[in-house]
Amino acid sequence: MPTSFEKPFLIAGLIFLIAFPYIAEAAGNAYFTSTVARILIFAIAAISLDLILGYGGMVSFGHAAYLGIGAYVVAILSFHGYDGSALFGLPGTEYAPIVWPLGVALSAVVALGLGALCLRTSGVYFIMITLAFAQMLFFFFVSLQRYGGDDGLFMFAGRSTMPFIDLDNDTTFYYVCLAFLAGFFILCRAIVASRFGRVLRGIKQNERRMVMLGYPVYRYKLAAFVIAGAGAGLAGVLLANHTKFVSPDILHWTKSGDILIMVILGGIGTLTGPILGSAAFLLLEDYLPVIFGALSMDLLKDHWRIVFGPMLILIVLFARRGLYGMLFRRETDDG
Amino acid sequence: MAEPLLSIDGLAKSFGALRATDDLSLEVETGEIHALIGPNGAGKTTLVSQLSGELTPDAGRILFDGRDITAMPAHERPHIGLVRSFQITSIFPEFSTLENVALAAQSRTGHSFHFFAPVARDRTLNDIARKALADVGLGDQVDRPAHALSHGQQRRLELAMALVLEPRLLLLDEPMAGMGPDESAFVVDVLSKLRGSVTMLLIEHDMDAVFALADRITVLVYGRPIATGTPADIRENPAVREAYLGDEEVA
Amino acid sequence: MLLFVEQLLNGLQLGIFLFLVAAGLTLIFGIMGLINLAHGSLFMIGAYVAATVTGWTGSFTIGLLSALPAAAIAGVIIEFVVMRRLYDRDHLDQVLATFGLILFINEAVTMIWGRTPLFLNVPDALKGTIEIIPGVPYPIYRVAIIAAGILVALILWLIITRTRAGMLIRAGSTNREMVAALGVDIALLYTALFAAGAVFAGFAGAMAGPLVSVQVGMGEQILILAFVVIVIGGIGSVRGALVGSLLVGIVDTLGRAFVPDILKLFLAPAEADGIGGGLSSMMVYLLMALVLVIRPSGLFPTAAAAR
Repeated sequence: MPTSFEKPFLIAGLIFLIAFPYIAEAAGNAYFTSTVARILIFAIAAISLDLILGYGGMVSFGHAAYLGIGAYVVAILSFHGYDGSALFGLPGTEYAPIVWPLGVALSAVVALGLGALCLRTSGVYFIMITLAFAQMLFFFFVSLQRYGGDDGLFMFAGRSTMPFIDLDNDTTFYYVCLAFLAGFFILCRAIVASRFGRVLRGIKQNERRMVMLGYPVYRYKLAAFVIAGAGAGLAGVLLANHTKFVSPDILHWTKSGDILIMVILGGIGTLTGPILGSAAFLLLEDYLPVIFGALSMDLLKDHWRIVFGPMLILIVLFARRGLYGMLFRRETDDG
Repeated sequence: MAEPLLSIDGLAKSFGALRATDDLSLEVETGEIHALIGPNGAGKTTLVSQLSGELTPDAGRILFDGRDITAMPAHERPHIGLVRSFQITSIFPEFSTLENVALAAQSRTGHSFHFFAPVARDRTLNDIARKALADVGLGDQVDRPAHALSHGQQRRLELAMALVLEPRLLLLDEPMAGMGPDESAFVVDVLSKLRGSVTMLLIEHDMDAVFALADRITVLVYGRPIATGTPADIRENPAVREAYLGDEEVA
Repeated sequence: MLLFVEQLLNGLQLGIFLFLVAAGLTLIFGIMGLINLAHGSLFMIGAYVAATVTGWTGSFTIGLLSALPAAAIAGVIIEFVVMRRLYDRDHLDQVLATFGLILFINEAVTMIWGRTPLFLNVPDALKGTIEIIPGVPYPIYRVAIIAAGILVALILWLIITRTRAGMLIRAGSTNREMVAALGVDIALLYTALFAAGAVFAGFAGAMAGPLVSVQVGMGEQILILAFVVIVIGGIGSVRGALVGSLLVGIVDTLGRAFVPDILKLFLAPAEADGIGGGLSSMMVYLLMALVLVIRPSGLFPTAAAAR
């Protein structure tokens, strides 16, 4: 059970995030806003994974695939909009009200197709198959020579366009990301507390019993899988806009691992945890090398992963409750 | 005579060389409490699992209310009134007692593709669940997490979850397993109050409970029924005494 | 036709690499219930050690022979330090911890050997080509790999079907508790099995050295393909791993060789190359999808798959 600290923490966190661009500017480090925007984007992806992993018990090791699809929809449509060529007979566009829903929808459709196959299995099969299908999509995008193949695709036209809102302004874009994160977070909180969410949590605890209570569990798992895919697609849409560049690296299998780590690091099955996990992971990734550099440990500065890997193993072995558990739960509450 | 509620015809299921269910035919009349007894390994649980749809029979037919349900998916069976309970307690340990039963009630009260309204404040579900919990004597345990309940309490929770599904035929797989005498007597009382309104197929090793509850008894040995009759018939049946009752201490 | 035979042999040879990696992986899962993402790292370690020692000594034989104990030692250390603690954990923990292990091993390899890929020459004795069937010249080295792979598969088959250790492995892959009940030193069996799996993977890596560039990340590429193999063959089944490996190897190789050409029969060449490139690299995954639709627990399902 979450203690009463969680809500004040979330409100304080939101206020902090709203004020952050001003703080960063006042501190003379405006580029921090961009770093945090990236954290917000990955938080959306991590929350979407937590929905199926933490509440539905589905260990998907291919979540970056949906991130990639969302991102590529934005970049490819922008590419055609920029050079005026047609895609399936239609012109490209950078207009967000068209492109963004399309990116989310295509992610959801692919999640529906792949989920329908993956969910025929469970356990370790499910892990291997989600990983394999994500790899399939990775190779698919690598082979798209027209869109840069291995090297990726720059969005020369800049970020998507939106009426009244100038996304090319980094601060504005930051607030758009924050709004989407807040919206998606609230949506997922509602979902896990709904009838559907209780069914999902029931499936995680005791799938067999759910069948014997008359639940067609496959359909519920698939629905959750599609929602999660759409969420990751949204994160992908924002990610492409953030960097104005996409490459198959976005859906490399290690990215799926990274998102999984964010969820675990933050606290599985908590929704709040993945936000913390995304922040902790990306900050570690950015600042571990800096820290080692400051300590003049030059070897570790270049090879910080040699510390990060074992850290991960230790977290798995000894600190499964994640940051959320450390902040909001007492030892005795762990059931 | 009216058509039986459940009619099993020539059912067979093997695991490798082991015939767990061997050309089994059996009828359960509407409204009766039909006990299924037999030594360990007689294939009682295997039979229940085939009736509930978790195992697919190798041969034979299962008719429920005149309808062939042999190939019906497991998750559809509770919705036609065929509900099972588990020998090994099968509940949702992280949920509260109330949530466990509410989740069962939710299955019966329409579909669950509601994504927004908070289920914890769903009056309909909670009322059904509270009443069912009161019926099995857990009215004062509603907010406790299910994993914190005692074994006997968990067994009763399991029963409450089955009952809110409003079964027409309740498949009870050793509902009193591991209970003390007081709790057993309580459950016998709960079940006998349902006599007539819910048909039951009862597997139980507690012979006091069986003879107190059953209208008819079928004795299963090596996957095959060797006798069916009233409790008095069964008590007197020489084949039964030899095959089964002789081995156990029976009142 | 000639090209087809050549590609078929290339597919067979890829299948053999896959089998050497997948056999260990599937047994480790079947018996220990462990999913090990770091198995591909052993393949990589085998390749690096073989390339390095060959560079020092000038002898590929010595390089190959030193890759085997190196992989075994790496395997035993990994088992001893990390895996042991994971047998009783759920799959999520295993995936995360072994993912951490990959990060560590890849970074360690980068520290030792740098980021530049190593290249290993085909040993002189095995240079040149041989006519497999008249008019089809084929590199001797690849023939040697196929022969060595078949030999190892045979040895593995003999061990599994004819020895006590093999009996334990067969029993263990279907019923772990039973092996424990036989009074076998489980810890020792697990370590030995892990080392054996490591040797097979390391052997494959060492032999792959002259054919590919030896670099960080090579292990994960083959690992993911080995997963596809296991899903197709059925978890815990060595026979499934063999059939799955050959299927995947051949489908992948033939797909890359012929799909663009076949598409050219229907599409404009530029388009066919574009789509064909994507489609051919997706072929094995589509094969996996097909198997999943028809037989969700693989071609040779075992009891281990139920877990």
